[in-house]
Amino acid sequence: MSAAENSAKVSVRNLDFYYGEHKSLKGINLDMPANQVTAFIGPSGCGKSTLLRVFNRMYSLYPGQRATGQVLLDGEDILAPNYNVNLLRARVGMVFQKPTPFPMSIYDNISFGIKLYEKLRKVELDERVEQALRQAALWDEVKDNLKKSGLSLSGGQQQRLCIARAVAVRPEVILLDEPTSALDPIATLKIEELVAQLREQFTLLIVTHNMQQAARVSDFTAFMYLGEMVEYGPTQQLFTNPQKKQTEDYITGRYG
Amino acid sequence: MLNTDPHVSHRFDDELNAVHELVHRMAGVVEEQMRNALHALLHQDESLANEIIGRDSIVNDYELRIEEECINILVRRHPAAGDLRLVMTLIKSIADLERIGDKAVKIASMSLSMQRSSASVNSRFLRDIKTMGDYALGMLRQAMDALANNDAEAAIEIAKGDEELNQEYRAAMRRLITYMMEDPRTITPAIDALFVAKALERVGDHARNLCEYVIYLVKGINVRHIPLEEVGKQLQD
Repeated sequence: MSAAENSAKVSVRNLDFYYGEHKSLKGINLDMPANQVTAFIGPSGCGKSTLLRVFNRMYSLYPGQRATGQVLLDGEDILAPNYNVNLLRARVGMVFQKPTPFPMSIYDNISFGIKLYEKLRKVELDERVEQALRQAALWDEVKDNLKKSGLSLSGGQQQRLCIARAVAVRPEVILLDEPTSALDPIATLKIEELVAQLREQFTLLIVTHNMQQAARVSDFTAFMYLGEMVEYGPTQQLFTNPQKKQTEDYITGRYG
Repeated sequence: MLNTDPHVSHRFDDELNAVHELVHRMAGVVEEQMRNALHALLHQDESLANEIIGRDSIVNDYELRIEEECINILVRRHPAAGDLRLVMTLIKSIADLERIGDKAVKIASMSLSMQRSSASVNSRFLRDIKTMGDYALGMLRQAMDALANNDAEAAIEIAKGDEELNQEYRAAMRRLITYMMEDPRTITPAIDALFVAKALERVGDHARNLCEYVIYLVKGINVRHIPLEEVGKQLQD
């Protein structure tokens, strides 16, 4: 964890999370560095998606779910009761497992989020839409069809549209929850390539079931098991010489 | 410690075990080649020397087959952590074993040329060869045992032995040079003996490499180019 100590973009301190009575995250401590990709791996139900949903307080939409402890974004506790959740969701964007384009045109899919936070003239808005689509490596494929429905795109294109939608509001952190599990291998590689480019401007946190994907795209990897953070370190070290037997058992296929 | 629990996929266990066993069989052939080469040299056994040269293709075939099996595992299993280190260790080990095999062939060839060139292969030139040969063979055997037992501590001790072999080599070289200076007629047989001694010294280097791979396999740290005393300290930390 020391590697991230100084330039931590997101820090987790003694985080517990409850679904009603059930405690599903136990005493998580973690520092995630800025402009790096941190991957979360672990078996189903280990709490990795739950943890991701804490970073933009997604859970607070559901009654009975609560988090205690601290999650510091640039040193500021986003779990504090007076923290502005709308502002948080602009600073921390999210992309889900299944592509979720809005049932509207490609252009409107992108401009919708921008208009929530900013008043822009048409020319400026056009520029922002183009910029977002370029950042998501989708511009060349859709520039002549911006009026077409977002739903008409292929699965991989839809997912890149969702990434464009996320980056359009210029967040600082982007959460990716199994962003390629519904995509074919080539579409998956395009998303992974995109992740590598986006880390220049954003801090990326990605949950994935695909360990090779974690090894390919991330700088740091966290292995979680039964709601606990078992091991966190540089990706190469975690995959070649993990320090905990539980980690080794999992990444070498020795569970069960 | 290296994780030796079974995988969820038993076939993966079988594949790793099979390739591991092949490497030990290859090492067995290489060791026999080297032992025979020394015997052929010291006892002027021409037919044995020819046999060794002919059997080198067996060693080469092992290397190719094991390499292919390892590539198969990399492609199909994407091994990680200790599994990955094992596959890398085996791939690297067979390169050193193959080179030791080449040294055996070299010594066999030297024994043939020494028999042809001088009626009397003077035993004083070969005085150091038997000692060095036994020592090098011992290092090879122990290194392979350390690999079989995932024993990093033993590997360090064995690797340290390489320095002794190097000293033996330097002592042999000094003696052989003295002969050559005293009597120019000894130059040809003495140089032949020097080449053999050099080959055995190299066998020690390869055995040391094997030991370093074992340390990497078990401990996950790369100890090449680090003095062995420091390695021991690092392992204790």
